[in-house]
Amino acid sequence: MTHRFRDLLALEPLNADELTFLLDQSKSFQEIQRHPLKKLAVLRGKTVALAFFETSTRTRISFGTAASRLGADTMNLQAEASSLKKGESLLDTVHTLDAMKPDCLVMRHAASGAPEFVARHLEIPVINAGDGTHEHPSQGLLDALTIRDRKGTIENLNVTILGDIKHSRVARSNIHLLGKFGCRFTLCGPAMWVPKELEEIGASGTQVRRVFRIEEALEDADVVLALRVQNERLHEPALSLNDYILLYQLSAERMRHAKADAIVLHPGPLNRGIEITPEVADSPQSCVLEQVTNGIAVRMALLFLLAAGGSEDDGQQATGASPPRNRRSTDQKDATDRKDVKDSSHASH
Amino acid sequence: MRIVEKAQLMSASEIDRTLQRLAHEIVEKSGGTKHLAMIGIRRRGVPLAQRIAQAMRGIDGVDVPVGTLDITLYRDDLSKVASHAVLQSSDISFGVDNMNLVLVDDVLYTGRTIRAAMNGLFDLGRPKRVSLCVLIDRGHREMPIEAQFTGRVVQTSPTEIIEVRLREIDNEERVVLVDRVE
Repeated sequence: MTHRFRDLLALEPLNADELTFLLDQSKSFQEIQRHPLKKLAVLRGKTVALAFFETSTRTRISFGTAASRLGADTMNLQAEASSLKKGESLLDTVHTLDAMKPDCLVMRHAASGAPEFVARHLEIPVINAGDGTHEHPSQGLLDALTIRDRKGTIENLNVTILGDIKHSRVARSNIHLLGKFGCRFTLCGPAMWVPKELEEIGASGTQVRRVFRIEEALEDADVVLALRVQNERLHEPALSLNDYILLYQLSAERMRHAKADAIVLHPGPLNRGIEITPEVADSPQSCVLEQVTNGIAVRMALLFLLAAGGSEDDGQQATGASPPRNRRSTDQKDATDRKDVKDSSHASH
Repeated sequence: MRIVEKAQLMSASEIDRTLQRLAHEIVEKSGGTKHLAMIGIRRRGVPLAQRIAQAMRGIDGVDVPVGTLDITLYRDDLSKVASHAVLQSSDISFGVDNMNLVLVDDVLYTGRTIRAAMNGLFDLGRPKRVSLCVLIDRGHREMPIEAQFTGRVVQTSPTEIIEVRLREIDNEERVVLVDRVE
């Protein structure tokens, strides 16, 4: 079974079947990372526009590397150098980029929903590389791929998320993805970062609980996701850095409360000695570097799926016609707007 | 349009005898099984490669390594099929450098699959030699590619299709010639 994706803006609207398909497609690209020659020609002649309106190093390099390993060229727009500084509107900037005829737009923005807004105005596929506190779909997928490799499954696991969950798009994408496979979530951190409404963010039936003592939160965990602590979000004197370390730092001693075979994920960059001790970050339980390698595989799979194009004129294999892309204008925004998979169809064999 | 079966080209026992012969030919031409490895092209090349390797064990008593290759990412028409291409994994657990590799597929037709397979192989390293073994060569080549080891050559028209049905995949074992009729 195959699926047609127009954009990848969020994981929330995707069902378990579609998510499994994305993870399976990524698997082939994991192999490529082990080849001595890592370059494919599948996107030869295609251009991927990387528009990072919010600074990013690892995600931008990861998408850029993924594009180049598929044989695509990239155009780069970075916040510091962009005309946004000169007062150009977001829409003008992306229309300008679009006029240079890229085949796909990878976009990060500090405002939640910005990629979705842009996708409604462009014909080309848009991949959300992180928007505000909304979602970071490729990170959610690479985390799930890493978990599946290590645990053999992503079903019915106990997942503990530590830190600033309120502002974390990584946490949201993880909950939206893993929640569809029956994972149960324990959120732990300072109360200001773990508000009660987070208990409701998963799909109906997703178990999300808040626990404020880290030892209790780690009890029985299969997967521990430690989030980066952003200094500017600590509000002294309510919570000082030292208090955070004292109360919530993931240490080897605290990890003993988790299952013996629990694994540790961190989206990076690591604040060694703050949210995680070096001992845990470098332990065999830590998957931090696998996450980085898997990130390229996931992003290759996404670019391959969205930017390779084709099939519109190929009636031989696809059953069910693919409707022409019909972008709604902004004032017609409705509930279905959030649905990123505009059409899925089955191949005839 | 209907698909009609026109003729049976090979029975199960004929397939078996042909694979035995191909195994002998490959061992003979290669001067033994040293540095020899079989690479089955997904899907039906895979069971064929395994069966040939098994036959070689009977000849030489040696286990010849078998790998599988998925050529999807190397197809030259990928831009047309990308959005519904289902990627399978390749599984080649041995180094291909300086190996004598035999690519195995069920039917040789335009030669494009083999072109793609060779591109895939060379991303893994630099084999000493690559040769090609097919159960059926049906002609109509679009690339300068020929098989060194051929089960049977069959004259076909472009509308005809050769279906190799193998018990591992199709729950039956025979080769049939089918045609598309308006």
